[in-house]
Amino acid sequence: MIAAAAKVAGPHIDWAGLGPLLAVFVGALLVLMLGLSRSRAAREIAVPALSIVALALSAVLAIGQWGERKDLVAGALRLDELTLILTILFCIAGIAAILLSWRHVAPREAAHGEYHALLLTSIAGMIVLVAAQNLVAVFLGLELLSIPLYVLCATEMRRASSLESGLKYLVIGSVGSATLLYGSAFLYGATGSTDFSGIAAALGGPSDLVSDPLLVTGIALTIVGLAFKASVAPFHQWTPDVYEGAPTPITAFMAVATKAAAFGVMLRLFDVALISAANDWGPPLAVLAAITIVVGNVGALGQSSLKRLLAYSSVAQAGYMLAGVVVASRLGLQATVFYIAVYLVMNLAAFAVIVARERETPLGDDIASLNGIGATRPWLAWPMTIAMLALAGFPATAGFIGKFYLIDAAVAGEYTWLAVFIVVGSMISLAYYLKVIAAIWMSPSPDAAGAAPAAVAAAPLPGSDQPVLAGGTEEATGWRGQGEIVAVAVVFGALTLILGIVPSPLFDAVRDVGAALGLL
Amino acid sequence: MTLHLSIMLFIPLACGVLGLLAPARLAARVALLGTALALAYAVTYIVDFDSSASGLQYVTDETWIGELGISYKLGIDGLNLFLVGLTGLLFFSCTLWANFTAWERPKLFYFHFLLAETAVLGALLAQDLALFVVFFDLMLVPFFFLTGMWGGARRVQATMKLVIYTLVGSLLMLTAAIATGVLAAAGPPELSFAFSDLAQHPLGESSQNWIFLFFAAAFLVKMPAFPLHGWMPDGYRAMPLPVLAVFSGVLSKVAAYGFLKVCLPLFPDASLHFQTLLLLIALASILYGSAMAFTTTETRLILGYSSVAQLGFITLGIFALNAQGAQGAILQAFNHGLVVAPAFFIVALLAARAGGSEDIRDMGGLAMRAPFLAATFLIIAFATLAMPGSANFVAEFYILLGVFSTKMVIAIVATSGVVLASVYALRLYITAMHNRTGARVESRELSLREGVVLVPLVLCVIAIALYPQFALQRSDKTVSALTAQPLPTVAETLPGATPYAPREETP
Repeated sequence: MIAAAAKVAGPHIDWAGLGPLLAVFVGALLVLMLGLSRSRAAREIAVPALSIVALALSAVLAIGQWGERKDLVAGALRLDELTLILTILFCIAGIAAILLSWRHVAPREAAHGEYHALLLTSIAGMIVLVAAQNLVAVFLGLELLSIPLYVLCATEMRRASSLESGLKYLVIGSVGSATLLYGSAFLYGATGSTDFSGIAAALGGPSDLVSDPLLVTGIALTIVGLAFKASVAPFHQWTPDVYEGAPTPITAFMAVATKAAAFGVMLRLFDVALISAANDWGPPLAVLAAITIVVGNVGALGQSSLKRLLAYSSVAQAGYMLAGVVVASRLGLQATVFYIAVYLVMNLAAFAVIVARERETPLGDDIASLNGIGATRPWLAWPMTIAMLALAGFPATAGFIGKFYLIDAAVAGEYTWLAVFIVVGSMISLAYYLKVIAAIWMSPSPDAAGAAPAAVAAAPLPGSDQPVLAGGTEEATGWRGQGEIVAVAVVFGALTLILGIVPSPLFDAVRDVGAALGLL
Repeated sequence: MTLHLSIMLFIPLACGVLGLLAPARLAARVALLGTALALAYAVTYIVDFDSSASGLQYVTDETWIGELGISYKLGIDGLNLFLVGLTGLLFFSCTLWANFTAWERPKLFYFHFLLAETAVLGALLAQDLALFVVFFDLMLVPFFFLTGMWGGARRVQATMKLVIYTLVGSLLMLTAAIATGVLAAAGPPELSFAFSDLAQHPLGESSQNWIFLFFAAAFLVKMPAFPLHGWMPDGYRAMPLPVLAVFSGVLSKVAAYGFLKVCLPLFPDASLHFQTLLLLIALASILYGSAMAFTTTETRLILGYSSVAQLGFITLGIFALNAQGAQGAILQAFNHGLVVAPAFFIVALLAARAGGSEDIRDMGGLAMRAPFLAATFLIIAFATLAMPGSANFVAEFYILLGVFSTKMVIAIVATSGVVLASVYALRLYITAMHNRTGARVESRELSLREGVVLVPLVLCVIAIALYPQFALQRSDKTVSALTAQPLPTVAETLPGATPYAPREETP
């Protein structure tokens, strides 16, 4: 009896490979329990700190495994450079979101333990999603990522728009998930396999499965399902409302991490599993990309709320990234991953500034909240300016190189017209990105009565002797209570510049990703 | 002797950053130092330049982004040598000029100003198409801020219009540049954007055509040329004058240079194909610019529209597609920059003496007690209208000569532009300096500090007028290599066009 039990060996578990995922999951559990502590310090400081530690650990474990390529959990998950780079990006986004929400009302109202546990669970879902190698794992990851986010959107419980945002996201997100599930069923029906390699093998086989209506329907529904998550037009309508209503740190997290996760799974699904059917999904996806670019950029034009503006801008950026997926080449894949990273850096800088200004002014996220901060708050003004220039694709910023790479991939992949759409989209986008910069530098500061006089008086006089950047005074910048947010803004603003001038490290990483997926 | 171009390229930016960190009262001095160093470097290059060689000199070639085939390759040849000198000179003079004004937030002002110098130098020195695009687009950023933050009335709208107009062109250029690189790399060699590599893989005619048009759109907007000049009046009205002087003096030349550097060698078939179109645009710019220049009353716009006309001449010379035309275009680009910057400075002086108004109807009689100012202004005006004896005359002569030998009719019509130039230049001079004294006019002689800015520039104008061969000799080899090799069809119709020897011009 005992001998028999001893023979029942458990399945082989690759603890190292699962390390990044486990670090986040264990972190979530610990944080949840620690959140029950009666000590206020434990709740308000230890919980975020522990969450950051968990994410940092996860990122370190991911970096440590760079270069390894193996299947995990009986082939359900795949550990390769795509999984690892996106894991690192999710962790970075998560850490930034935690820092931004450190003294925010949202975690206080929702209880710190729950808030951070949900955030970590969502990141775990993202890791599962981008590592997923079969349709079931994709769905599992998608739900694990989405459900915590539905709740997180509604964590500012005393603000109606936050609740509305959560509810809206829940309803629309569920529709997306359901569509994806339906599409997965069709894909399984057509190919007889839920496994990505099985699907690829079935499509690559001699049968003329590629134009099978069952498969085409499956692909179409899958596209729709993922388009909801990546906010690709015309499935983007929820984006501005949810982004506007959700607590801003959560918006920042959603904008960068959810999008990265959605594009990660798209890359694996389309450019690996369905690569043989590229003629089925390529053209419609290209059309979607073009529509998304136009809709996003035009939608952003009239916005006065920064969060809505960035929501539409994120729709437009999703269109650019989709162009990289459409090309279905190694170059396209690398360009997409590169852009995902760059997009994350640019947006985190911008959102950090919005969070800071939301707390400093009564104007909320209105564009007027930025008026004149060039003179009064240079440490916020510069990151925002750099982020906007980068999003618009100005040179010497990471956004330029990212866009260059995408256009390069599109032209090389015979999608020159899509490249022209990217460029036309960028032209439209200038109108609203520059509007933000104009507010920062070229509008008079509304709080001129308060903090500004010192700075205004100091600026034109050559006699004033202050070693402060760009004419602001230390008093006027008022760090207290904002240090971590300013730090996030400055770090990501600087990264945007650095990656625009020295992009080689990111290029090297992205090249490994391209090699891992084995595209041509 | 090693003269690293990177040092000259980044000295201004480095000083700009230094200025941001230094105390505010030092910002202007640090900026002056940076531009002076860059000017010193530029002058050294001009003196040290080997005019018997046709290739690139002082080359720096490093890989920047290997993955995208972008190299950090800088070099000087006969095309950009004098434009680099012009950039150094104008930025230095305008920084000196700006030093006399107390700017709000001076650190930022000089930072953007010096960033602009680095960007312009980068665009001129770049020997890699992608690098050229990077710097060409980067030029816009500082001017967006300089106009929007320190400009006059309606500055924000003006700067938005300026940036959107020019960036639309630039982004088209970006696509075109990437397409050039990708299409040229159709064979096994790696993707590379270096001009020398691109020139070895000429594109097919149909791709050349659309790519050429995209580039042309970018350059024509920047110049600005006639149908694409919509941003110009607002932009010129809003820009602070020292900024406007470099903008008008240097940035438009980068666009003209782009035609010579990018379009002619890389897209020879398309250049030939669209030759007539470009010549007609140039002609339209000359006529429209001249007509507007002698109808408007705002001094800035008179100069602005005269720039449109002058750049029309430059474009005309470039698209003559022969050595004379190109020689004339390069010389004229240099001349125009050299003339327009002091002209804007004089506008500032006039406005200061006419109660702050920049409208010529408020001026008049300014020469009364200021003979020296009047004399310098007259020299500038004569140079603008290409008086025989000025270098502008030599340049326009070459341009028209070049066009005469290809498109006679266009050349004849363009000649009227020379006549029109004398109308608007003299009108500006006479209305401002002579005529009945304006109501609020107070005639004053040049002060010492004003003279410090103005006189060296005027001396340069005179020097180049006395000895234009100085510039012509140095650009000769590159220009003949440029126009001889890729355009056999044109060269054949032009016996004697290449090998071309600079002839003696009696000033």
